[in-house]
Amino acid sequence: MQRRSLIKAFTLSASIAAMGLSWSIQAAETIKVGVLHSLSGTMAISETSLKDMALMTIDEINAKGGVLGKQLEAVVVDPASNWPLFAERGRQLLTQDKVAVTFGCWTSVSRKSVLPVYEELNGLLFYPVQYEGEEMSPNVFYTGAAPNQQAIPAVEYLLSEDGGAAKRFFLLGTDYVYPRTTNKILRAFLNSKGIADKDIEEVYTPFGHSDYQTIVANIKKFSAGGKTAVVSTVNGDSNVPFYKELANQGLEATEVPVVAFSVGEEELRGIDTKPLVGHLAAWNYFQSVENPVNEKFVADWKAYAKAKKLPNADTVVTNDPMEATYVGIHMWAQAVEKAGTTDVDKVREAMAGQEFAAPSGFTLKMDEKNHHLHKPVMIGEIQDDGQFSVVWETDGPIRAQPWSPYIEGNDKKADTPVKSN
Amino acid sequence: MPTALTRILLSLLLLLPLAAQAGEADDFVAANASKQAKLLQDWAATPSTERMPLLQALQQGRVGSDADKRAFIEQDGTWQAADGTAEANGTPRKLRLNNRLRGLVTFAVASHQLLDHDAAVRLAAAKQLQRNTPPALLPLLESRLSMEADENVRDAITLALANLQLEASDPAVRLAAVERLGKTGDPLSRTRLQSLLDGEESDATVRAAAEQSLAQVKNKLLIGELLGQAFSGLSLGSILLLAALGLAITFGLLGVINMAHGEMLMLGAYTTYVVQLSFQRLAPEYLTLYPLAALPIAFLVTACIGMALERTVIRHLYGRPLETLLATWGISLILIQLVRVTFGAQNVEVANPAWLSGGMQVLPNLVLPYNRIVIIGFALFVVVLTWLLLNKTRLGLNVRAVTQNRNMAACCGVPTGRVDMMAFGLGSGIAGLGGVALSQIGNVGPDLGQSYIIDSFLVVVLGGVGQLAGSVLAAFGLGVVNKFLEPQIGAVLGKILILALIILFIQKRPQGLFALKGRVID
Repeated sequence: MQRRSLIKAFTLSASIAAMGLSWSIQAAETIKVGVLHSLSGTMAISETSLKDMALMTIDEINAKGGVLGKQLEAVVVDPASNWPLFAERGRQLLTQDKVAVTFGCWTSVSRKSVLPVYEELNGLLFYPVQYEGEEMSPNVFYTGAAPNQQAIPAVEYLLSEDGGAAKRFFLLGTDYVYPRTTNKILRAFLNSKGIADKDIEEVYTPFGHSDYQTIVANIKKFSAGGKTAVVSTVNGDSNVPFYKELANQGLEATEVPVVAFSVGEEELRGIDTKPLVGHLAAWNYFQSVENPVNEKFVADWKAYAKAKKLPNADTVVTNDPMEATYVGIHMWAQAVEKAGTTDVDKVREAMAGQEFAAPSGFTLKMDEKNHHLHKPVMIGEIQDDGQFSVVWETDGPIRAQPWSPYIEGNDKKADTPVKSN
Repeated sequence: MPTALTRILLSLLLLLPLAAQAGEADDFVAANASKQAKLLQDWAATPSTERMPLLQALQQGRVGSDADKRAFIEQDGTWQAADGTAEANGTPRKLRLNNRLRGLVTFAVASHQLLDHDAAVRLAAAKQLQRNTPPALLPLLESRLSMEADENVRDAITLALANLQLEASDPAVRLAAVERLGKTGDPLSRTRLQSLLDGEESDATVRAAAEQSLAQVKNKLLIGELLGQAFSGLSLGSILLLAALGLAITFGLLGVINMAHGEMLMLGAYTTYVVQLSFQRLAPEYLTLYPLAALPIAFLVTACIGMALERTVIRHLYGRPLETLLATWGISLILIQLVRVTFGAQNVEVANPAWLSGGMQVLPNLVLPYNRIVIIGFALFVVVLTWLLLNKTRLGLNVRAVTQNRNMAACCGVPTGRVDMMAFGLGSGIAGLGGVALSQIGNVGPDLGQSYIIDSFLVVVLGGVGQLAGSVLAAFGLGVVNKFLEPQIGAVLGKILILALIILFIQKRPQGLFALKGRVID
């Protein structure tokens, strides 16, 4: 009885698998690739360019003959900056469109929203944005920076002689999970460097906050107590009024430098950057990095924007998440070639140790274990043309620590991906 | 082999005079960052007029170095050797300074400007040096003070010296320094006095004087802080008012729940952007005046769009508030998407012209930004204009007649349909003016209107529907209360608390701050 039911179950599952297989063989003239970025709503300002970058990279791969001899076909959906809608669209990509892989998400809350879907249906998601860590899913590859690849080196720079030897820190962020977790890590890190809690001020603003008068006045007051640096995790377009207020109230970078983790070339397009010269940003890539790979990357992107008549095509810029998207797609294509299939489990195995010569000028490696990229860290100062000049960088790519040692209890967590539920 | 050797020898010989000539600029260019910092500190302590061009070039980012690590200064697009007259080996690359060096350069420039002929320049330099005076400057400041003739500059230098004299061994000098610092209202003085008191000050009179000075400074700082908060409140209020004033007409007077009001603000801001672009292309010499030109254009554009909307959609929905709400909301989505398709999802850059950038230093801890001052003035101007329009013109009379009793007005021969259209156009046009102002302080993007629509409704409802004065009072009241709450409880909680307070207030007084007396519209 027991054996018979086992056999039954086995044949049933085998036939289902065979059906699935035959279906995918029939339909597989192209390989479908999902692109899950907000094209409307608050996050459209940042995510639209990632969608375009994904399409450009797919075109580039197709022009070279595609993957496994098949052309890639992009399936673009718009989750409209609506976090639950991310989960819905993700499910649609996996169950209806049957995509082999998805590139998408920006905010941590959108990633958290799709995560259960991808784990349930065993999908594959590439996430291209710097984030707070504290996550390692077998169904996600993280091509953006973990805190030790962005936040901590940036603060170390501010503590150093060249960075101004700051003694007091003003941690300013938008009120959601990424800034709060990052600041928690930074506070523990600063404490370990001998900065007392009275010299650290943590302030949060709502999403879309636009009146920074009080906050800038507070920064001024705080900075009278000693050399101060501001660490900004302000997200989205709130940065424009913040920097405008800084400039108008006469707070200069030489006195109080602001280092931002979410301000890149794309965000600076909406700002008159002359008053911001000297403020800092920490990333793993800047458009101004000089090397042949990057020259080609930037030129390709400009040509693509012109050819596709993207809005404001003559002023397009590249930035860190765009580079991470580009690297992610190429690495996935390499892994598929290596595995010889788009099957998620096989591709996941093939991803380990995958290398790619990235526009940042370094050969980046996907870690064998923790699903995060090894990345170099760069600190750039804003120039008057809206670009950054690199004032400090690491010697080479560093390994990600998604479980930050500065959060209690993380030392017990395994350095391998586990499903979150 | 011998030829190679002679070549090397020859080139060494050639290099010799160059090396001997290498001056300060070349040293600087060849040094690494920490050595450059050291050089700048030394220069600041021993200023000389010959060094000034180099420092100014450094400050303006015009110094470069060629392949041989020699310094060149860019002058009107051409590179000239900083020391000597050598030709550049290849095009010089611009020297990039980091923040620390840039700060030291500013500082060195200030110490060099103490030698300037112009008393005003010396005064500004002395003030700059007050901010952060390194001990190495003590002899320089003392010698300059003894030579200085101008009274104001003397005062400024004495104050800069006072910062250093807190460390002096003579208690009398310390006492004088402490008393001098007490007269400033500078936040830095507070820190210095505080650290003196926290440290090992043994002299009792100095200690007592320091405590007194600290109290004085704290008092002055408190005044500056309160004034700053009041100004921020007024500024926030003026922005709320500009955002809400158009709505006070379309919703307040006409009773149309206009969810597309925010998009009128957004279109006004985009008009500013387009005007700025056309000034850049067609008349770059008048670029700084573009916000003024944008005002009438934005008014016309949004007023026309408003009137078209009224004619085509809203007119058919009068008396059906729910449908109006949905229809206008739909219109707002269409407008947003239209802008997104035309201009892109990214925010566009609307730069403040020079006369709207920077701020006025009123007190040491109080800077009033020009753009905010101008916007407060502009908000009041728009209020007066609207009031005049509504109360002193025939159109205004008609509008008021129609809002108070539509049928009676129609019977008296008022063309109610046209009045509705004109009034809606006026409301939209004023929203457009608000958009021009908002473009000067915040983001210009397709979603601009969304972030203001709720605040606008709050202001109008709180002020009392149908009353201009109510909206004005509500806007400034909300602004000031918000800004006095924010430092205490933070921006997030502050916003929640304000909302809760408004809900309580409306519960208690549904008609808002001001209610229309007598017969109220339906």
